[in-house]
Amino acid sequence: MTFLKNTGIRILYAVILLIAVLVLNFSLMHLAPGDVADTISQSMGGADQEVLDQIRADYGLDQPFLVQLGRYVGGVLQFDLGYSFFYNEPVTKLILERLPATLLLVFTAQIFALLIGVVLGVISARKPNGLASHTVTLIALFGYSAPVFWTGILLLIAFSLKIPWFPVAGMRDVTVDGGFWVHFADVARHLVLPGITLASIFLALYSRLSRATMLETLGSDYVRTAKAKGLSEHQVVYKHALKNALSPVITLAGLQFSAVVSGAVLVEAVFSWPGLGTLAFQSIIARDTPTILGILFFSALVVIVGNLLTDMALRLVDPRLRGRGA
Amino acid sequence: MKHFAKLVVASAAMAAILAGGQVAAEEPVRGGTLVSVMGSNPRSLNGAVQSGIVTGYPAAQLFASPLRYDEDWTPQPYLAESWEISEDGLSVTLNLVKNAKFHDGQPITSEDIAFSVDVIKANHPFKTMFAPVEMVETPDEHTAVLKLSKPHPALMLAMSGQLMSILPKHIYGDVPVEEVKSHPRNNENVVGSGPFKLVEFKNGEHVILERFDDFFIEGRPYLDRVVLRIITDVSARTIAYENGELHMGAFESVPQMVNRLKKVDGITVTPEGYGAIGPLDWLAMNTGGDGPLSDVRVRKAIAYAVDKNFIQNALMQGTAADSRTGIHPDSPFYNAEVETYDVDLDKANALLDEAGFLMDGDSRFSLTIDFGWPGVKPQVEYVKAALKKVGIDVEVRASADFPTWAKRMGDMEFDMSWDTVFNWGDPVIGVHRTYDSSNIGKGVWSNTQGYSNARVDELMAMAAVESDPEKRKALYMEFQQIIADELPVYHTNTLPYHTVYSDKVGNPPLGIWGTSTPIDMTYLKE
Repeated sequence: MTFLKNTGIRILYAVILLIAVLVLNFSLMHLAPGDVADTISQSMGGADQEVLDQIRADYGLDQPFLVQLGRYVGGVLQFDLGYSFFYNEPVTKLILERLPATLLLVFTAQIFALLIGVVLGVISARKPNGLASHTVTLIALFGYSAPVFWTGILLLIAFSLKIPWFPVAGMRDVTVDGGFWVHFADVARHLVLPGITLASIFLALYSRLSRATMLETLGSDYVRTAKAKGLSEHQVVYKHALKNALSPVITLAGLQFSAVVSGAVLVEAVFSWPGLGTLAFQSIIARDTPTILGILFFSALVVIVGNLLTDMALRLVDPRLRGRGA
Repeated sequence: MKHFAKLVVASAAMAAILAGGQVAAEEPVRGGTLVSVMGSNPRSLNGAVQSGIVTGYPAAQLFASPLRYDEDWTPQPYLAESWEISEDGLSVTLNLVKNAKFHDGQPITSEDIAFSVDVIKANHPFKTMFAPVEMVETPDEHTAVLKLSKPHPALMLAMSGQLMSILPKHIYGDVPVEEVKSHPRNNENVVGSGPFKLVEFKNGEHVILERFDDFFIEGRPYLDRVVLRIITDVSARTIAYENGELHMGAFESVPQMVNRLKKVDGITVTPEGYGAIGPLDWLAMNTGGDGPLSDVRVRKAIAYAVDKNFIQNALMQGTAADSRTGIHPDSPFYNAEVETYDVDLDKANALLDEAGFLMDGDSRFSLTIDFGWPGVKPQVEYVKAALKKVGIDVEVRASADFPTWAKRMGDMEFDMSWDTVFNWGDPVIGVHRTYDSSNIGKGVWSNTQGYSNARVDELMAMAAVESDPEKRKALYMEFQQIIADELPVYHTNTLPYHTVYSDKVGNPPLGIWGTSTPIDMTYLKE
């Protein structure tokens, strides 16, 4: 019962938060000088005042601020995210078209970063001063400090140009013909470079954190007990220590989920990945308010869902949490 | 050996030219999929309601126009097999090809021409293109007569490229003409009149086009399919050209990319083919108000202090051509015989002294400079450094994004700004707007300089209605003299648009409209 109540309260908070996000962003966007009519006229190679006024009237941009805000929030409450000024399409349609690509990229990168990160962390924790540990630290530092767009372009030059293993941009090759598996392989091939690029930042975080927690756990009493019982090194590390060391890593992964989504914006821009990131980037440049707000709405949703999933994962690895409500 | 082979080829070509013929063209091949690219996402695929170079590429493939132009600015038959202009210049008759069909098999008739003119007049941002067209008469199915309120020589270019997309009335006529700009079939299920039909437009990914088998020109287009990928990142596009993922692309203007690709074997990079697009970079000066810039001597001093050689060769790395007036150097109306403002600091200082702005310490007065997109920030920073030498302190004002800048320009709240403006074919369409005194303060890319000269207004008004090409040219010559002398805008260089194509591509579009032109003659070799 407490579980349901708590969940209910959390959902209520989430809804309030979402509306606050929308109102705040709507107001901020409105404060900026100029509007989408300018970018539309830019894409058309210029337009005179008459045309600009017409565009503003068409999209209701000539209305007072509160009227525009009221209309927008009213629409959202009826699950209508409005109509994109720049793309001439319903925002919901635009986003739903792009969401799968982003989710694919973000989940792949996140899972990849977690798995490799934890493995690297454990390896380096077992011999904290060994060569392996130093190598891992180096990789981690590099991944963490290099800007993603730079890593992306370097990977492109290396593996698309010098050694042409992977395609440069996009998510699929439209000239490829074949059944499901052919297309699956095609998308997978396109996913490799952006996936690695996005994972590179988080890989560093996870490997550092799992190394630190592993070191701590390996020094704790119960691990010593387990060793004293005569369990093999392997069993001690992977069965006893790792499970306990994992929960802070999962918490971090959950917290980082929003960062993965925002990191995807840059990676998608570099690789022309047809996801929400490119859409966000282009809408911001075009000052396409409904699309930007729609994307913020969806990213907030993704983050909330990501946090719920983290909770569930934590319960899975830490039995102490299972009985609790929050 | 290679050199020898080249020499032989070259001499053979010379011989062919000397013999009076053109170089024997290779026989075009049918078939294949051309993979090309666009640098951003088109808002609409319908050229009748949306202008701009992004929409232009797919629009010119999906929709035919009455005329097309060759690389010498000579109109050629396209949807109109012939045309006549009446003696008084007040009526233009188009005789349409008889076998032309829309993609749904319906014939293209004069009714559709009349309808398309209505749609363009109601939706297209370039109001000057068809403003003098009062009505379109349709005496029979294959004859359309455009009735004009005054002679309008700009109409010829306005009937070519993407500017006059012919739409099927039976498809787009189901809503009032003003609403065609938001017609659902602008982006999907498009029914067009051009050489290619739409297969799929996926926002942010690609536009896929397929050969229209009933196209009205026998045997064309040569290509079976055209894939226009959308790749916004310049680096990614560069690599994709380099590793062969892209066959062809146009409107590439980043000097680093252009120079890098020039060195790659198997790829040609050329600035040819943008005369009618007419992209120009310039330093705009706000002549309104009573600040220092309202004095023509100050504007001249600035021109003498800013070294356009440095801009063309250092900042643009030699990719940009010189431009001296508001008309693109490739245009037949271009006047190169104007003051060039070669850098001369003594002259600049003398002019500033003469204008009464004496040196106080190391400074005379201060100005601000704006820029609309990050790509031209080096130019702006350079202007700051260059003008410091003659005692003008310049503050660079960044804009968060394009609308912020556009608002400043539209409200004329600026001193100087770096800008890029397109000619769009005839000077009436894209040139007049910048200097017309009745356009002052009417949004971005109109006369934001607040420039007003009665003679300039008069010259433009006369040139707009002058049917005789020689007389018209003379009017524009004088117009450019005055502009170069009074400098509401200091013209420095062309925006270096380049077309990139691989050796596999035959007949890339190198006319005057870039890729805003049908590529029905382009083919893939082998």
